[in-house]
Amino acid sequence: MTDSATILKGRTGDWEIVLGLEVHAQVASRSKLFSGAAVGFGAGPNEQVSLVDAAMPGMLPVLNRFCVEQAVRTGLGLKAKINLKSTFDRKNYFYPDLPQGYQISQFKSPIVGEGLVNVDRDDGTSFSVRIERLHLEQDAGKSIHDLSPNETYVDLNRSGTALMEIVSMPDMRSPEDAAAYVKKLRAILITLGTCDGDMEKGNLRADVNVSVCRVGQYAKFRADGDFKHLGTRCEIKNVNSYRFIQQAINYEARRQIEILEDGGKIDQETRLYDPTKNETRSMRSKEEAHDYRYFPDPDLLPLVLDAAWVKAIEAGLPELPDAKKARLMSAYGLSAYDATVLTSDGDVAAYFEEAAKGRDAKLTANWVLNDLLGRLGKDGLEITASPIPAADIAALVALIEDGTISGKIARTVFEHMWAGEGAPSAIVEKHGLVQITDTGAIEAAVDKLIAENPDKAAAVKDKPQAIGWFVGQVMKETGGKANPAAVNEILKAKLGL
Amino acid sequence: MAIDAATVRKVARLARIAEPEARLESLASELNGILAWIEQLNEVDTNGVEPMTSAVAMAAPLREDVVTDGGDAAKVLANAPKSVDGFFVVPKVVE
Amino acid sequence: MGLLMSELTALTLKAALEGLKAKRFSAVEITRAHIAAVEAARPLNAFVLETPDKALDMAAASDARIARGEARPLDGAPLGIKDLFCTEGVRSTAGSKILGNFIPPYESTVTANLFGDGAVMLGKLNMDEFAMGSSNETSAFGNVINPWKSASGGNRALTPGGSSGGSAAAVAADLCLGATATDTGGSIRQPAAFTGTVGIKPTYGLCSRWGIVAFASSLDQAGPIAKTVEDAAILLTSMAGHDPKDSTSLDVEISDFAPFVGKSVKGLRVGVPKEYRVDGMPAEIEKLWQDGIDWLKDAGAEIVEVSLPHTKYALPAYYIVAPAEASSNLARYDGMRFGHRGEGRSLTEVYENSRAEGFGDEVKRRILIGTYVLSAGYYDAYYLKAQKVRRRIADDFDQAWQTCDVLLTPTAPSAAFALGERNADPIAMYLNDVFTVTTNLAGLPSISVPAGLDAGGLPLGLQVIGKALDEGTVFSVAGALEKAAAFRGKAEKWW
Repeated sequence: MTDSATILKGRTGDWEIVLGLEVHAQVASRSKLFSGAAVGFGAGPNEQVSLVDAAMPGMLPVLNRFCVEQAVRTGLGLKAKINLKSTFDRKNYFYPDLPQGYQISQFKSPIVGEGLVNVDRDDGTSFSVRIERLHLEQDAGKSIHDLSPNETYVDLNRSGTALMEIVSMPDMRSPEDAAAYVKKLRAILITLGTCDGDMEKGNLRADVNVSVCRVGQYAKFRADGDFKHLGTRCEIKNVNSYRFIQQAINYEARRQIEILEDGGKIDQETRLYDPTKNETRSMRSKEEAHDYRYFPDPDLLPLVLDAAWVKAIEAGLPELPDAKKARLMSAYGLSAYDATVLTSDGDVAAYFEEAAKGRDAKLTANWVLNDLLGRLGKDGLEITASPIPAADIAALVALIEDGTISGKIARTVFEHMWAGEGAPSAIVEKHGLVQITDTGAIEAAVDKLIAENPDKAAAVKDKPQAIGWFVGQVMKETGGKANPAAVNEILKAKLGL
Repeated sequence: MAIDAATVRKVARLARIAEPEARLESLASELNGILAWIEQLNEVDTNGVEPMTSAVAMAAPLREDVVTDGGDAAKVLANAPKSVDGFFVVPKVVE
Repeated sequence: MGLLMSELTALTLKAALEGLKAKRFSAVEITRAHIAAVEAARPLNAFVLETPDKALDMAAASDARIARGEARPLDGAPLGIKDLFCTEGVRSTAGSKILGNFIPPYESTVTANLFGDGAVMLGKLNMDEFAMGSSNETSAFGNVINPWKSASGGNRALTPGGSSGGSAAAVAADLCLGATATDTGGSIRQPAAFTGTVGIKPTYGLCSRWGIVAFASSLDQAGPIAKTVEDAAILLTSMAGHDPKDSTSLDVEISDFAPFVGKSVKGLRVGVPKEYRVDGMPAEIEKLWQDGIDWLKDAGAEIVEVSLPHTKYALPAYYIVAPAEASSNLARYDGMRFGHRGEGRSLTEVYENSRAEGFGDEVKRRILIGTYVLSAGYYDAYYLKAQKVRRRIADDFDQAWQTCDVLLTPTAPSAAFALGERNADPIAMYLNDVFTVTTNLAGLPSISVPAGLDAGGLPLGLQVIGKALDEGTVFSVAGALEKAAAFRGKAEKWW
């Protein structure tokens, strides 16, 4: 674990950023947390709303067992303490997309307690983030402000959808670390299947708590746990991409530093990030000082979990990214970096493992990570939608391994595979891409070349690196199919190098 | 813990109930009367007493994750003061 | 045939059901008789909405089932429904302006149970706004007038009690064979006592709260107001039952309660809590209580003195817990999705005006108290303290059950009082519930039985409190009291 705190230079000295995240992950359930209305995306307005979600008089909540199970699974995946007894509280505030006038959440006794997430950085270093808690709560509906100039339209389809709010300690020190943490969390959730991780649809979104402090203050906080060492924080609501998380933090940290350096004071408040202007702005006027009046929801009884049930869930957990990464490194001899990238998405790892069966793992990893993922990224495709099945990547690697084609030719074959031309061996056959290892054919080509270019052949003796020109010409002559190693060897012999 | 007019104003705002300024003083004295009467609870020793949030000593029942409701926007909107194209229409929300 | 309309409305539910079964009269006939009685009794203001057409349709359906030999337990019984119950396609207001013309697209579980058993709905009954009141004077639809008049009080209009004042007045005046009601701090039992009717608040969780406009979720319970203990038992049997749509609904088998009425109370231990002898209790009530003790002793019960030391703290604890829950439960009345929407230049103003215009003074007062006691800095001192005191009150009862099986107390500290008499001081009004509120806090079943008249000829009630889910014993003891008291009083018809 290494500390890579971002240091921001100010007029009056250096500052550090301190970041804590509240990630809202929508539970991948069919129905809502407390009602039998469907959870989904793309339905007509108010089509997925029960009378409970619309808070009609006398309507009552009943808890969804599946959602509880997903919270437990996630908690176990975060190596967190599962609380066998938890309670639901009401968070009271008025808003048109909050039909009850309160959100049912878990304030005092959450279902999941403290946990830990290990995060890898791109440079191969890693850090860990302490999880403070995970609790279940209802999502609000959606307010649409641009359908009418003087009115707001409200769609309650999302109202009552189950969210897991995962609250971290302020353990991140740079915008990159914050994004990496969310990436890791997302990989864990997707592996567990408890949330689909779709950030574009808002199914995974983060509230980012940003504060700044003088260099050294954070170390004091970590030593005694006292928040007084840290600066006042602002909460940036609902940021839903890695890029925006980083941009929002950068802007907000700068804003706070400017205020502080001008002798001002940071107001603890909720802010909104506007990606088009790349700025954050205050969401609610100051007179609206919030007082949520939490109290236990009298419509719901305590949630009590059976320890044996929790154990059974634990026993059925899939292999998590950390364990998978360790296994990929030891079983396939992959680098930490490759293993991290492969395990950032469970589907990618599964694809890799299928492709690597009986093949050179390092070579397979290169093909998956560089060629395939690069190409998928360009077309905006998930690996599950890859036009090339894992078995074909395995076959391609096999052709390279047995010398049928060169790595270079393999790229051509890959393009044909991407175009849907089928198995690599058939493509090699069809396009005549078999590597020429017949030394006779190569020798003939070399002899011809030397005969036609006597001056170049003479010059190469003084300038050995000029051999490259000959290699290129031979490859051109053979349509790229000549075995490069053989070409080199024969050239050296014939040119007397 | 006496309530003054300013406290009533703040509480009324939290509860989203418009109370005319002229009513705040009398409301404050009414509420103070009730709260003073409630203060007698302080005579009860509640050290170590578990707060009672429900009269039923059972755990929350859980339901299966099946879709049993929704799919009828007209029903949900039937009593709305204003609705357009399937949406509830409310006064402009300024964020 | 040949029964007069007034004879039909004078029947008990039990007798009416027998008459219907024996085809002495039809469901439509007895329903018409009640519709006429309701119309004639408009001066009582017991109904906020009469639904005669619906009643006749339901009665005709009952008659058809009776003719086919498929009669259900309550077929053809005309009932009144407290307006706190949401009734499908029928305006439901909770006695408040804020619900406006709200027409629920759903039927509350309790009314669905009754109608499923064949009961007929005559209309919606007046009540204190959101069930907050003890005199029915907070209703947006005006006061309900108690059918009873005091011989010593001139011709003054009296309160029927509250919040189920419409239910109690309608049953007392023979406008219906029984009525649904709800009880959060005494709202079934105190009006029953004030009108010479029987009212039971069952164990918390026995009747589903689904579809009943919530006042204070952890205290609200539905129950019937009826003419006799047996009628109450018949109605509760239909109303009660596990409902998976209410997380606090008890998953228990509901037995038929009626057979418990008339069962001997011999050998039962009846507790008399000394703390219910409060200062200033009228001698008549003291005497009635003693009568009740003697009657039960004569019936073979054993009387034991018990102590419920925290009784006096029940009301103040209640006036934290109930307003706190109410302040949150009533947040949904915001003028956005249903009900009254006021004018305003901003969203906040629309909220504030909608709620200021829609809620009455008592409701606002309780929302403000509830909001205050939950607000930052006061939660522990008020709400948490009250919840702890609530536990102590519940513990008192558990202690008492070590030495007795039921408790006997007066229902209310006075007989019905004049409308307007206690409006000036909220606390004086709250004190009406001093004997009833304890069982809401503890979730216990309790019934009020008319047991005598005061000097002015006004009815007085006795309360029987039982252990959780021991409604059977409560009905047995109530039946014994009813029999011994031989209460035959009926308000003289003046309307």
